[in-house]
Parts: sequence; structure tokens; C-alpha cells
Amino acid sequence: MTRAHNPQLNKNGELRHLLTPEGLPRDVLTHILDTAQGFVSFGSREVKKVPLLRGKSVFNLFFENSTRTRTTFEIAAQRLSADVFNLDIQRSSTSKGESLLDTIANLEAMDADVFVVRHSDSGAPFLIAQHTPPHVHIVNAGDGRHAHPTQGLLDMYTIRHFKGDFSNLTVAIVGDIVHSRVARSAIHALTTLGAAEVRAVGPKTLAPDNLRDMGVRVCHDMAEGIRGADVIMMLRLQNERMSGALLPSAHEFNMTYGLTPERLALAKPDVIVMHPGPINRGVEIDSAVADGPRSVILDQVRFGIAVRMAVLSIVASTESPA
Amino acid sequence: MPSSPASPIAAPPDAEVLYARLLAQVRSTVAAQAEPPLLIGIYSGGAWLAQRLHADLQLAQPYGVVSSTFHRDDFATRGLHPSANRTALPVPIADQAVLLIDDVLHTGRTIRAAMNELFDFGRPARIDLAVLVDRGGRELPICPQIAASTLLDLPDEVSLALLRDEDVSEGIRFRFDLVSK
Repeated sequence: MTRAHNPQLNKNGELRHLLTPEGLPRDVLTHILDTAQGFVSFGSREVKKVPLLRGKSVFNLFFENSTRTRTTFEIAAQRLSADVFNLDIQRSSTSKGESLLDTIANLEAMDADVFVVRHSDSGAPFLIAQHTPPHVHIVNAGDGRHAHPTQGLLDMYTIRHFKGDFSNLTVAIVGDIVHSRVARSAIHALTTLGAAEVRAVGPKTLAPDNLRDMGVRVCHDMAEGIRGADVIMMLRLQNERMSGALLPSAHEFNMTYGLTPERLALAKPDVIVMHPGPINRGVEIDSAVADGPRSVILDQVRFGIAVRMAVLSIVASTESPA
Repeated sequence: MPSSPASPIAAPPDAEVLYARLLAQVRSTVAAQAEPPLLIGIYSGGAWLAQRLHADLQLAQPYGVVSSTFHRDDFATRGLHPSANRTALPVPIADQAVLLIDDVLHTGRTIRAAMNELFDFGRPARIDLAVLVDRGGRELPICPQIAASTLLDLPDEVSLALLRDEDVSEGIRFRFDLVSK
């Protein structure tokens, strides 16, 4: 995908929507991470707020439930001095049959500047971006199985924070890769940022061999998958996967792919363990690992606010020349 | 206060000469105060100046760096310029006398933004301003207490950029470059 054809970029190659890391050039990703770095040290300020988005309206449109992501977007927007509106879509007009684009058109009439959108349908934020006027910016907060770009970027921020450069890193992503927008966004970002090796680790039902097309090494054996890894990204095992034919049981998943202290010892001694949350203790990760010295799970949450501040401030300041 | 000749500027001013003048003026200002002020340089040229002044004056208290990025009034049109330009204050700023340092003073908008940034960290006792060059053209009611030179005849479309060279024998040397906007 070239810059000119990427709907996320304006004609100067600047980010006007964040929909997916896929196809974004490395310098755009790096710019977001560099910008986030300036926001991480906010704890040391007496006033934890800057006026960059003063007078702008950020609408959080969550068509799918999420407490954590919505809250961190809300904190990020408020720390930038934006006016933030949370729309509980399940209880609003969509339940009366209003279409997605009608909902958006109505909100635009309320002078929105940024829409933060989560939707259970893959591609919904793209559809909205195609139908909004040039001064409105869309940030994807997770769409279906497709993408979760701010999660992917905060994962990249966390890795860069602890490991510096990507070029020597082996990153193992473990669990339900195929249904995970977190995994897809991480894989696209890692590939663009030049990680040496990305491994997708899981059973054939959740980490099928055709994931190789994304440039990853597929491992069905957990020991092989995490041996020598610099970074282990555990994914949340979603309960609905266990009711189908994809997995026998949570217990069996834990036996074969759960991250235990014994398995962790196969990775590099300075490995970092990540998880997008919320964690299922005793299923994909043992408490001894989640709370242990190699875990950076709470750092991810802290960096998530800074990364979302960076994304909001970058898209909101990008003009859209006709 | 010495002033440059009124003829159009053909060559940039000698930054080393101006630095020596700034150092002398800051030294006498610091000596006149019972409690030496906290030196805070505005990223990036002012930060270099603060670093060198701090070393030359052998001040006990470390110097700070302030970024104007988060409070710029042209954010909506020019966007963010991120990377390493983060505010770093070595000590709490509340009730401190501050000597704010920058290379070139023009419209005053950067100084306004930098002061807003400082107030996000606390309420200083006072803020004075020291610059290498005051080039006039103020758009805000801001004036420097110390200016090593005044250059009022620079065309608006030309900006004066401070550059820093590191030389093994001579150490850090400053020079100015004239850049067309």
C-alpha cells in the first residue's frame, strides 16, 4: 500500500485517521511512539493536563463493551483538555434501528472533531472514515477480528521501552492468534518496525499455518515457540472459543500453552511478558508469571494512556488538504 | 546594551562573542542575588546555553530544560514536534527564582508557552529572561532582563538558528546560521 492510497494518511503522508497499523510506514509508527514518550512522564507534573486539544470534542463510540480501553481513551483525551463524550450505544438509537452512518451524521452535526470507535464488525471504522467530512478524525479502538491499533502501538511502545531496538528481537505471540485483533495489529507493527522474528504460537485451530502469509513463524509447540524469546505476548483466551470445537477446555489449554514459571525459563533470562488484559489467571498465564519480575503488564496500561494521547494529538492536528 | 549596525544583515552574528557577553551579564546577575536562580533553558538552543552557562559559572544547583511543545499556540496548524524535547526539571520549581534562557527572542510566543509549561510543575517565586539575541518583533508583552545583543533589522522571513559544534581541542562552540523560512 503506498502512501497516496492509504486512507489513513493525507496527501502529505500525515496521519489523519488511525484505523490499522497495516500499511502505515515505519516513520509514522515511530512518530507516534516518539510523541508518546513525551507524555509518559506526566506523573511528575503538578498539573497533569496540557491544552493541545482545548476546544476539541472527542466522542467515544463504543458499539461493543469495553471498560478499560474506553477509560484510557477518556483519560487521554481529558489530559489533552478535550471535551469528552461517552456514548452508550447499546442504549441509544441504534437499538431503535438507526443505521451506523445515520448515527455518525447526527453526531457530526454536534460538531465532533474525533470519533473513537469500537465495533464488533470488522471494517466499521473504515466505513465511518469514508463517510465523514475532512475535518473529522477516526481512531479505531478495536473492530471485530480486524485491528486494535492503539493496543498494537502501546505494545510496541512497551517493547521499545524495555528492549530499545527491534532489529534483534524474537517476539512470541501465544494463544488465539486467528481471532485476535490485538495479535494482528501487533504482527503488522512488529513487521513494519523490523523485528527479527515474530512467532505465532498456539494449536492449529487458533494458530493455523496460513498465518505464515503475515510474515510470522508458526509454532504449535509451546516450548519451541518461546525458546530464546526476548518478548512473550500472551493473548487472552476468550471464553466463547472454549464452547466451540476449537479448544477442548481451559484446563487443557493451560496444560499445553499456559505460561508457567517452568516454561518461562525457556525464554531469554531478560524476557518481558506482556498481556493485553484482562488476564485469565491459571488459563493462559499463571499468577506467578503475571505478578512476577518479568511481567510488564501494568507498564502496558500506563504506556497505553501516553500512546492514546499521542494518537489523539497527532490526528487532531493533521490537516486534510483537498 | 550594545546594538548591531543598522545596515542589512549579510552575515550572522558571532555567537561566541555574544555568548561571552551573556556569560558576563548572567554572572553579575547571579552574584547579585542571595540565592542563585535556577537556570532553565528552552529546548533546544536555550538548553545548550543553560548547560554551558551552568558549567562556566560552576553553579552547585543543576540546570533544567523546558519544552514549549505542549503549550504552543500554533499546534492546530503545525502539529507536534516530539522526540526528546521533554521538560526536565532537576528540583521542584515552587518558590524558586528562575532564570529562563533562550537563544533568540522574537515574537515572545515561545516564552509564553515555556512559562505556561513551567507553571504546570509549580509556582516559581519569579522568572527572569536571558537571551543571546533580541530581534524585536514582539507580539506579546514580554521583555528580557538580559540580552547579549539586539538585532532589529532581520527580515521577518529569515530565522536565526543557533548551532552547536563540538571540537576536541576547543570544546563546545556556538555559531549562528541565517535560515530562510
